[in-house]
This record gives sequence, C-alpha cells and structure tokens, in this order.
Amino acid sequence: MSTQAAVPGLDAAQAPITLQPNPLQAGAGTPRRMRRNPNRPVYQEPPTFLGTTLRVLVLVLITLAVLFPLWSILVTSFSTNDSVTRSGGMVTLPRGLTLSAYKQILAGGIVTRAALVSVFVTVVGVAISTTVSVLAAWGLSKPTSFGHRPLLFVFLITMFFGAGMIPSYLLVSELGLLDSLWSLILPGCVSAFNVLILRNFFMAIEPAIIEAARIDGAGEWRILTRIVLPLSAAVIAVVALFYGVGYWNAFFNAMLYINDNTKWPLQLVLRSYVLQGVSLPGADPGQIDVREGQVTGLPIKMAVVVLAIIPILVVYPFVQKHFTKGVIFGAVKG
Amino acid sequence: MTRPPVPVRKLSVWTRLRKDRPLILMTLPGVILLVVFAYVPMLGNIIAWQEYNPVRGFVDSPFVAWDNFVRVFQNPSFALAVKNTLVITAFQLVFYFPVPVGLALLLNSVLSVKVRTFIQSVVYLPHFFSWVIVVTVFQQMFGGAGLVNRVLIDHGMQPFDLMTNPNTFLVLITSQAIWKDAGWGIIIFLAALSTVDPALYEAVAIDGGNGWRRMWHVTLPALRSVVVLLLILRLGDALNVGFEQLILQRAAVGTDVSEVIDTYVYYQGVIAGDWGFATAAGLMKGVVSLLLVLGANKIAHMVGEAGVYQKA
Repeated sequence: MSTQAAVPGLDAAQAPITLQPNPLQAGAGTPRRMRRNPNRPVYQEPPTFLGTTLRVLVLVLITLAVLFPLWSILVTSFSTNDSVTRSGGMVTLPRGLTLSAYKQILAGGIVTRAALVSVFVTVVGVAISTTVSVLAAWGLSKPTSFGHRPLLFVFLITMFFGAGMIPSYLLVSELGLLDSLWSLILPGCVSAFNVLILRNFFMAIEPAIIEAARIDGAGEWRILTRIVLPLSAAVIAVVALFYGVGYWNAFFNAMLYINDNTKWPLQLVLRSYVLQGVSLPGADPGQIDVREGQVTGLPIKMAVVVLAIIPILVVYPFVQKHFTKGVIFGAVKG
Repeated sequence: MTRPPVPVRKLSVWTRLRKDRPLILMTLPGVILLVVFAYVPMLGNIIAWQEYNPVRGFVDSPFVAWDNFVRVFQNPSFALAVKNTLVITAFQLVFYFPVPVGLALLLNSVLSVKVRTFIQSVVYLPHFFSWVIVVTVFQQMFGGAGLVNRVLIDHGMQPFDLMTNPNTFLVLITSQAIWKDAGWGIIIFLAALSTVDPALYEAVAIDGGNGWRRMWHVTLPALRSVVVLLLILRLGDALNVGFEQLILQRAAVGTDVSEVIDTYVYYQGVIAGDWGFATAAGLMKGVVSLLLVLGANKIAHMVGEAGVYQKA
C-alpha cells in the first residue's frame, strides 16, 4: 500500500505536476507526508485517504470471499465430531483437530478408488492430449505446407459446431466404451482451442532459428523436439494444465458414460456423497460408520472436497506465472 | 505474428506431399480423433429424422421426416427450457459481464506489484475448481445448514436457504459464476491495459485531465476491442449457460427455473430414451448457436472490430 498520506490541495488541477517531489530525492531526509510511492507515475494524483480506504476494503473483501470458504472447508475436514457439533456445522476456528477423516477416506474404500480413477484419467489424458495437440500444432504451423488449409479447417470447425450430446453418447455406446475409463479420455481428447494456442506460439518463433536447423539438415521431427519444444516449454505447460484441470474436474462425462460406480471418478463421488447426501454406493457397510473416536458426516465430506482440490493447488503455483502468455496468445490472436 | 513471405517455387503435388509428409503425419492423430469423436457424431444427428431404436440401430430405424422437430416445437417443456436459457443469458450479460472489467480496473489501480500479484493469484484460483466443488462451497456457506444461516439464526433472524429457492435462482447461479470465473476473466483485460502507452496518460494529465478523464479517454478506449470481442463470444454462446452448474442444482430448485436446453436434451434422451426427439432439440440448438457466432462476428466487422476470426 502507499506510504503516502493525502497531501491537501496538491492535485493536478491546482498545482503544476512539476511541483510534486522528485521521486529520486524523496528519501530519508524528506518529511514523511512528502514521500511518494515510487510505483506511482508522476502524472498521477496522490491517493486520497477515502479512495485508498475504499479500495483496500473492496480488495480485502474480494480476497476473503475466495479464501474464507476454502479455509472453513480445510478446518472442518480436520475437525473432530465434537468441534463440529459445538460450532453447529462448518468450523471456522480450529479446535480439536484430527486426521481421522483423511484416514477413513484413504483407507481403501470408494473414495480412494475414485481418487485413483481420477489420477489415472488425468495422467493418461494429459499425456495423450498434450502430445497429440503439440504434434498437430506443429504440423499446422507452416501455412505453405501441403493440405494446410483443409487440415486447419478440420480443427476450426469443431470450435463452431458441436455434434450434440445424444449422438456423442450413442457413438461411445456403439464403440463399446460405456463403463470404460477410455470414455472419459478419448471423446474430449483434442481441443481445437488448445491446438490453436500452441500453433500461434509456434508460428511466432523466430523463423531464422528454424531455418538454421533446416539448413543443418534437421527434419521436422528433430526441429520439433530439439528446438520448438524447449522454446515453448512454458506455453506447453499451460496447455497441459488446461487439459489436466479439464480431466480432473469433469464429472458429467462420467455421469453419462460410467454406470458402474466402482469406476466413478472423484468428482462424481463428490457429487453423490457430498452434494446430494447419498450414502456412498458400494461402500462396505462397516467402512464409514461411527466407531469410537471416528469422525462422521461433515468432516469426511470436507476431506473429500480437500482431496479434490489438492492436485490443483499443487500444480497451480508452478504454472500460474505463465497464464498470461498462454491465454493471450489463444484469445487475442486465435 | 506472420512470417515474412517466402518465395514459393511451383512444385508438383507429389513433390509437395513428399516434402511435407512429416507435417501431415504429425497432424494425423489429432485429425483421426476429431473425425471419430466429433465428425462421426455430427453425421449421427441423422437420428433426428428417425424414430431411433437402440436395438435396431442407425440403419434399420424408420425415418419419420420432420416429426421429431414438430414435436419439439409443440412441446411446452421445450419452450420453457428455451425461455430459461435466454433469461439466464440476459441476466448474466447484465450482472456478470461487467464484473471482470471493473475488477481489472480496480486491480490495475493497485500500485504495489506484490499486492497485485497476490490478489491475481487468489482470484484466478476458483476458475480451476470443478462445478461440483463450487456448488459444494455455496451449499456450505449459503445452504439451509450453511454458515450464513447459522449466523442469521444466532441473531434471531429468519434463515434463508439460497440453494433451494427458485425465486433467487438467477442470483445464485450468477454469484457462483462470478465467484468461479470473474477473477479469471480479468486476465485478458489486464493484458489489454498493460499495452497502453503511459505517454497517453501523461498527455491527458498535462492537458489538465484528472483521474476520471484519463480513465475515460485512455483506459476505457484501450479495453474497447477486448470488450467487443468478449461480447461477441458471449453472444455466440448465448444458448450455453453452464450446463454442469445447472444439472447439479436442477433437482434442488426444480425444473421451472433451472431447466435449460442442454439439461432438457439430456433428460429427454439419455434418461427418458426418446432419442430422436432429444437429438432434434440438440441439433436445433447447435445450428442456432452456429448462426449466432457467425452473425455476431459479422456485426463485429460492421462496427470495425476484428471479431473472432477474419476472412483470410
């Protein structure tokens, strides 16, 4: 926040801008109220007390609106039955913490299995989607190549017209993929949007580098793996994250294609168990019950929620700084 | 970015094919997957003209001309689904769409880079949560047994279950959309703002313009083309109103307000087994959506913006 208090009577309308203290001189010797925030451009009026307060207030509220529910979910998932009862539901202040809920859901029951299904679908899905997309993007990155336009249109058209839910369902059913985990991977495997993000990035690579490699006798495969991939690691990471989040978060495709609840991904278990309050289907009768010192209900539900959030929180910091690159390339230039 | 024009020699088709074979081979896996999982189902829409029977299959099911479409048009439930879809789109256009713009302007006015980066990281985050999690979060906060109601009851006020009240459903789903995606939505506006030449601000300031003047004459014009682009995308997407979000809450608030075209297609087709009817409804939605995108793009060109795509 700005260290500058309001300077009365010194706004752009009344005082020439040149009268404002020079940022290079503003330092130890300057009275505190004259010191200016070095981040503030010279033309900008010093912030008013009211304006700063309002802005800080709004930003704090926004940040809390995101973080507070997550905090409450986290604390509740670690809470004992006793503290949940005492607070009458979701816990906001930690007291009486226990790992019991996590021990129960990770003990090998339906939640554990669902988490493994989700991990499998996400890992395999990301590997296939990213590989196929990178290959396609490089294959489409040379506008003079043979068949470039028709091939590009094969991808573009899917962005404007979707086949619809029912024919897609019937196709998956005809292929015998119902109740197979491949039905959660293959149908949405290639996103034309992500291919275009990659393609735009590839096309912006300095042509001289590519030419140099080509003159040295490198073929397309070698150029792709030795030059293009290292140069675009960041944008590929973003695209892989987009795919990964898509696979991890998807629940409707499982609702559509997977009837066998032992093959449900985590999000679908979350929906039935946490949202709809259905007791876990197919769970061993003795698995989630009240034994001495065990937690029930809410903490377990919240532990499932935390389990579903954790992978995202783990990957997020690594990829976050590259978002702008990936998204802007796709959105503005697509 | 386009490459500088490369002088092209005239080569025979065969030579070009051989020369570019690696590139074509690389595209192939993607093309095959799209052909199987996107184009074959497009052909599968043929059952919109059939009285489709899963046992008899595509080939043997009898054709019924436009019967399914006629039934869709005459069906009051379908009309309700269309109405709900359009109401939700219109409501969110007014109450959701401006939020990321405002948030971006607010964040852009934060001088400290550290604070700005922190807030950005926080508000982007919910975009990566699934709808199941978002709805769960809202349920635990605003549901019948949620935190807010507990505070209300503790202070002797009437509890209010936002999650199951059909009258406030629009507010509920729009708040959820804002919580999940408004933060992420600012990314494109921040990028547009970062390209503004600071000299423009200085020029306005030297001419005596205060903060509001600078906003009006420099900042907002810088956002114009992005706003137009996003409006077009939204318009083209008018019939898509958060299918996963709605199907999760359809049972809780009732179909009167929450049934939209997509959920209608799902329940008529997959659940009720009226395949031809549901396909006809879905196909009409797809065609109208396509027309909306093309139309919106045309409008963008007419008002002098780049639009989503351009004639090459």
